[in-house]
Amino acid sequence: MTEVRKQTIGKQSIQFEHAVHILSGASIVGKKEGDGPLGKCFDVIGGEDGMFGCQSWEEAESVLQKEAVSMAIGKAELENWQIRTIYVGDLLAQTIASSFGIIGFDTPVYGLYGACATMGEALSLSSMSVAAGYGDYVVAVTSSHFGSAEKEFRFPLGYGNQRPLSATWTVTGSGACVLGTKGGKARITGITTGKIIDFGLKDSLNMGACMAPAACDTIYQNMMDFNRMPEDYDRIITGDLGEVGQHILFDMMKEKGFDIEKQHMDCGIEIYDKESQDTHAGGSGCGCSAVTFASYILPKIEKGEWKRVLFVPTGALLSKVSYNEGKSVPGIAQAVVVEHC
Amino acid sequence: MVKVMATAAEQEKQKKAKEYEKYVKQVTPTHSLFKNMCRAFLCGGAICVLGQGIMNFCMSQGLDKEISGGWTSLILVLLSVLCTGFNIYPKIAKWGGAGTLVPITGFANSVAAPAIEYQKEGQVFGIGCKIFIIAGPVILYGILTSAALGAIYYVLKLWGIVG
Repeated sequence: MTEVRKQTIGKQSIQFEHAVHILSGASIVGKKEGDGPLGKCFDVIGGEDGMFGCQSWEEAESVLQKEAVSMAIGKAELENWQIRTIYVGDLLAQTIASSFGIIGFDTPVYGLYGACATMGEALSLSSMSVAAGYGDYVVAVTSSHFGSAEKEFRFPLGYGNQRPLSATWTVTGSGACVLGTKGGKARITGITTGKIIDFGLKDSLNMGACMAPAACDTIYQNMMDFNRMPEDYDRIITGDLGEVGQHILFDMMKEKGFDIEKQHMDCGIEIYDKESQDTHAGGSGCGCSAVTFASYILPKIEKGEWKRVLFVPTGALLSKVSYNEGKSVPGIAQAVVVEHC
Repeated sequence: MVKVMATAAEQEKQKKAKEYEKYVKQVTPTHSLFKNMCRAFLCGGAICVLGQGIMNFCMSQGLDKEISGGWTSLILVLLSVLCTGFNIYPKIAKWGGAGTLVPITGFANSVAAPAIEYQKEGQVFGIGCKIFIIAGPVILYGILTSAALGAIYYVLKLWGIVG
């Protein structure tokens, strides 16, 4: 019997013996995201109504996923049948946007939920399966939609209320990546799996503060496990901490002896112009990190502008029920090391 | 002994949570309360002036005070529902805050918004079940409080304390 090769490193990380290549990335977003600072990077931008030709927000979100996956497969110059598995997730209850979005591909699927950190989870699991030889080509995709997320977690859209300044704006969009054993100009060399971190905060409209401790924990653990310093990364990019969460993350990292201000970037802060777009603390949702990764971060790595990036989508683990029952909002962060090749 | 240790750990956790909450409060920006209050005053006041205008008009047309009041409420509710449908009400509410929430228009908005949002889930389980998802508590506890006050009034009247 041959022994299983060990690829773990440190406490929570994996260093792949053969790095997993990212063949392509594709993104589709709503009008508001298209009007934002990253507007030019996205592959497709939808119309003003956010419906993408559908009857409901949920259907629209499924269309986003379908389009993102189709485009990513097309960009990788593959056919649907060549995809071994799809790792997919979204924010809706029982992840229905994923189920109905992926239904037409006739491909084996793993459905995931990791709140807004789902793209990190999808990339981690898909790279693990490619590295282990469980598939030549796999897809990682996530989505979120402003309308469906507001309905799921907050109020009907027509209800008039004031959002606090710490609140974030759910990104309408879906990002997909095709991973494989070879090809492409970017590769995933390692991952750090996040723990659920709870600092007892109960404010669901300040998710940045709920997730920052988890981001700090995962980033710190990544540096410990790989024996790296912040300088070893060109960028450390969190998912959707927003302005408040970023501030807290800096403070917490400093307490642990690391200054990441120079390297840090947050997809939620990048995707909107907070002055003109009135989004308050920034963007959020598992589409936020997915579309920013597929359309902005990945091309920079492919071009070699950034040689090594730590991509850390962050998630707030709550539901309407847990919130109403007085539970806190724990956070989670999944880190993926992406390098130019 | 184990229980004592568990409680101590629990207390420590709660203390840490409190400290973190305090720290988060420090670093989180908030809306200016004074500015919000001024806006609420202006916005709520404007809605009330509009109501008074409708009332005066109705009375000038020869309707009595009670019927004019009824018309005023109906017209304000209709306007609010229309504004909700055309997606104007959330914009006013974002600016006016509680000034749009407290008048009857706010109540109408809280009923119309779920009706529009949940329409896709059907007439019964969508609109039917969810139309009062925001206004429900106001109706339930409003009726409950009125009933309690009515009972108190009844007893006081029996005792001859009130007329």
